[in-house]
Amino acid sequence: MIEITTTRHNPLVDPVLSVWSWEIPVYLFFGGMIAGMMILAGINMLKLAKGERAESFYSVQTPLLGFILMNLGMGALFLDLAHKLYVYRVYMAFEPHSPMSWGSWVLLLVYPVILVSALIRLPQAWPWLGERAPVLQRLSDAIVASPGKVKLLGILNIGLGIGLGIYTGILLSTMVARPLWNSAILGPLFLVSGLSAAAAMVHLTASLVPGHPAPRSFLGGAFAMLVQPLGERPPEPRTADGLVKADLAFLAVELVLIGLLFIGLASSSASHVAAIDLLTSGKYATIFWWVVIVAGILVPLALQWLELGHRIPHTILPALLVLAGGFALRWVMVGAGQASHMIAATGM
Amino acid sequence: MPRFGMVIDTLKCVGCMDCVVACQTENDVPFGHCRDWIVTETRGEFPNLSLEIRSERCNHCDNPPCVTCCPTGASHVEGFGKTVQVTAEKCIGCKACLAACPYGARFVHPDGYADKCTFCLHRVKEGKDPACVSVCPTHCMVFGDLDDPKSAVSQLLKSRKHHTILPEAGTKPRVFYLT
Repeated sequence: MIEITTTRHNPLVDPVLSVWSWEIPVYLFFGGMIAGMMILAGINMLKLAKGERAESFYSVQTPLLGFILMNLGMGALFLDLAHKLYVYRVYMAFEPHSPMSWGSWVLLLVYPVILVSALIRLPQAWPWLGERAPVLQRLSDAIVASPGKVKLLGILNIGLGIGLGIYTGILLSTMVARPLWNSAILGPLFLVSGLSAAAAMVHLTASLVPGHPAPRSFLGGAFAMLVQPLGERPPEPRTADGLVKADLAFLAVELVLIGLLFIGLASSSASHVAAIDLLTSGKYATIFWWVVIVAGILVPLALQWLELGHRIPHTILPALLVLAGGFALRWVMVGAGQASHMIAATGM
Repeated sequence: MPRFGMVIDTLKCVGCMDCVVACQTENDVPFGHCRDWIVTETRGEFPNLSLEIRSERCNHCDNPPCVTCCPTGASHVEGFGKTVQVTAEKCIGCKACLAACPYGARFVHPDGYADKCTFCLHRVKEGKDPACVSVCPTHCMVFGDLDDPKSAVSQLLKSRKHHTILPEAGTKPRVFYLT
């Protein structure tokens, strides 16, 4: 028997660490989804540069939506900061051993890349902007006319997308004090979950927002970028099937990675076994199993499988479930991770 | 250059909390927060029980995870004494250091920055002991240079059985408990 009493009573630290609330899961979710969008868009940009038909793609139109989501994510992150006036300090230093420092600088690179990427679709997505700012129109024309520039943008999108997606997991996994996060699986898991959320988001908005003609409003135009083909014609029906197939693969890989995370932690130290207990039988078990695993992965897997086999019609339900499951995964991992702690193997 | 550490004799500590009050007074620790605290650990089965009372604080680790995770360099290892310190004007309040510390030694100051024990560096620079050490009525706490083999802390660690908290975390804590 070990009984420990303490007089410590620091807010957010005692009795259970709870320094990060809803803001960080929101930031990680949007960050992962933007990373996924960048990778999908980047892949399609490479195809575009090779001369494939633009009508085959949805994701090449995602950058501006990514930009908006990025601002929402960064806004959540800013709300989480306790010393807000000093936020500029992040960009007064580069700390090579700090994942958060790496992430901050990667985000700084992501902004211009997604904005320049958005210029590819400027005339169709935001026609009013192109008319009022001819310089943007000229830039857009120059990029679209040059396969080399489109290819470079594609490579930048893929590279930064992978960096951003993995960073959202690495940020947590480097903290030795939180056993639930102590796994190299967390980076790839958050990356694949981000890809899955990105495919779901593209699918969802493609279903909800009419693609043609482009809305002339700010938000409508940005959302239309998801569904506007490069030409005047709407996307081909098989494009939706492509998204569903991609999401099936991402969900399957996500499930395998979660399994590996469990195996890794459950076969590790007492601290790690206690940490995984938070997900198997602790207070986070219900939301983890029912929302993340069943509703967020297994049900969308089954529904999309049936959709591909044309046994049920395409609906937005799988996409909604994938998005809910992706957010719940971050919510659970951030909350349960903070609740996990090292158990003393030795004592007095 | 010294490498400061602290040795606390658990056989002398009575958990009176003088060290806690002295710290709060000396460092103007905000109400409802603490930079040091008392832990009472009971082990065994009745009637074979053993008790250890510890005055705990930031361990000023040799391998501090709070420093490596800090994105701005606000958490840093001070040149003088190699102690772990926080520069409030550089801290953005991201709280990564709070999550990274296995000891729960940090808290968010009501002004927004991460705060914790400084080993009373301002006093040490004047040749004084940290406030907690200076007021201890049982003289259970000793502060000094761990790299100086003739210092009181080095002598105690050489002659007495001791342990640190969560050594398995790999942080190499520099607060030692004599048993």
